[in-house]
Amino acid sequence: MLIVDAIHAAHGAIEVLHGVSLKVQAGEIVTLIGANGAGKTTTLTCISGLHKPKSGKIAFEGKDLLPLPAHDIVHCGIAHCPEGRRVFPRQSVAENLALGAYIRNDKAGIRQDLDKIYSLFPVLLERRAQLAGTLSGGEQQMLAVGRAMMIRPRLLLLDEPSLGLAPLIVKRIFDVILELNRQGTTILLVEQNARMALKIASRAYVLETGSVIAEGTGAELLADPKVQAAYLGDA
Amino acid sequence: MLDTLAQQLLLGLTNGMVFALIALGYTMVYGILEFINFAHGDVFMLSGFFALTLVSVLGLQDAQGFSLFAQLGLVLVLASAFGAVVNLLIDRLVYKPLRKAPKLAPLVSAIGVSFVLQNIGLIWGAMPLDVFGGGGQPAAPKSFPALLPTTNLLGNSAITLQLKDVLVIGASLAVMTVLYLLVTRTKLGMAMRATAQDPQAARLMGIDVDRVVAATFLVGGGLAGFAAVVYALYINTVYYQMGYQNGLYAFTAAVVGGIGNIPGAVLGGLLLGLVRAFSDQFIGAQWQPAVLFGILIVLLVFRPSGLLGSTAREKV
Repeated sequence: MLIVDAIHAAHGAIEVLHGVSLKVQAGEIVTLIGANGAGKTTTLTCISGLHKPKSGKIAFEGKDLLPLPAHDIVHCGIAHCPEGRRVFPRQSVAENLALGAYIRNDKAGIRQDLDKIYSLFPVLLERRAQLAGTLSGGEQQMLAVGRAMMIRPRLLLLDEPSLGLAPLIVKRIFDVILELNRQGTTILLVEQNARMALKIASRAYVLETGSVIAEGTGAELLADPKVQAAYLGDA
Repeated sequence: MLDTLAQQLLLGLTNGMVFALIALGYTMVYGILEFINFAHGDVFMLSGFFALTLVSVLGLQDAQGFSLFAQLGLVLVLASAFGAVVNLLIDRLVYKPLRKAPKLAPLVSAIGVSFVLQNIGLIWGAMPLDVFGGGGQPAAPKSFPALLPTTNLLGNSAITLQLKDVLVIGASLAVMTVLYLLVTRTKLGMAMRATAQDPQAARLMGIDVDRVVAATFLVGGGLAGFAAVVYALYINTVYYQMGYQNGLYAFTAAVVGGIGNIPGAVLGGLLLGLVRAFSDQFIGAQWQPAVLFGILIVLLVFRPSGLLGSTAREKV
């Protein structure tokens, strides 16, 4: 479904991705783990088009994404729920969700997805008239995920959905990710919470200072002593 | 005394409407690009020349009754369209290539564009048309014919209320209402507000930020064109530097209201118009800039982000 082939990307003069390659098959949950600064977020921003790599290839369902601007990549069926949530703080919860459906015109489908999101995250329904900037961190994360769902993507890119959230809320978000995947959305998940991510992942890649150093199924990497030592906090 | 107060209130309101209309263009572009379009006042000026040319071509000074109002409506629409297109052209030709450059580059370019437009105004004023006095003195103020009847609508009252006052206030309010609906109720308006807050996140929603910027320049330029006709009908003069002075006042109004904030621009414009009218009446016209900018400085000391501006960008 998604093929990332040997991309090199730089922030200014500093190259941060040294030829990263990865694949996502339809229906999978693929996770990308690694330490701070390993290049996880940059990989996602290259896929969604916010950042353009210097070289390499990115193709989605056979279509070359590199020449497309970010807003056209959304039309291809890729949603990116960015790091730090990035909800629109001075717009209401309902309007943030409406912005997620910006590219859609199917009123009935939008209504249906909205109902689905409100039933998955009842707190958003309660606060639909409230400005997004006044929500708590966890609620903003739910809103960011909901907003990305409103795009009704075939591939959902999630960047650190658990960052800074209470464990109960993290569990809630991960349950929703699993549920979405079960309903047919393919997921590429970037996480620092490696244990949790590997548990739900069909496959995973380990990124270290801009290169993929390991890949395998979630279970394989969970059992890998090097991964355990470096990312799972086991001695 | 009460009559004087009421008269100045009216004068302040009408002037304030013009400032508000121009200020909206500054503030909307700033809201999206964080960039002060210093050529905005000159788009207003050129639209004034365009409107005067139209008046001359249509022979509007001799029109009366229904035909006068219909053609005046046409002038308003065409001058707005003219301002919108000029503003968009400036963005595409000058600012857009500099979008990723350091912020000072477009800013200095805007000042350059302002001079270019003023010179176009001079050339325009040299056109051999009767309304331009034959074109012999391009820099001289051109008189814009008093198209509307000057009878006092209040009869023999000491307060003068002319049709043009009603028209200026009414038409400005109508345009502001349309703008308000555009920004709050339409998909384009929703995209504009989202882009103003976080252009990157807006792109992830599938919003073509470039088109939102274009729409913003169109709307801002259209408001400037509209303001130019309103101003010309009211002051009965157009000249090549009218964009400089009014633009500076309107920019001040936008800052007073909180730059980037749409209701703030209207509030700031009205406030500036009122303060100007009362200071001219009770302090003296020669003190006008000192009073206005003195108030601006004091206000910014206590409210650095303007009356309605948010004190800081929400960081969460």
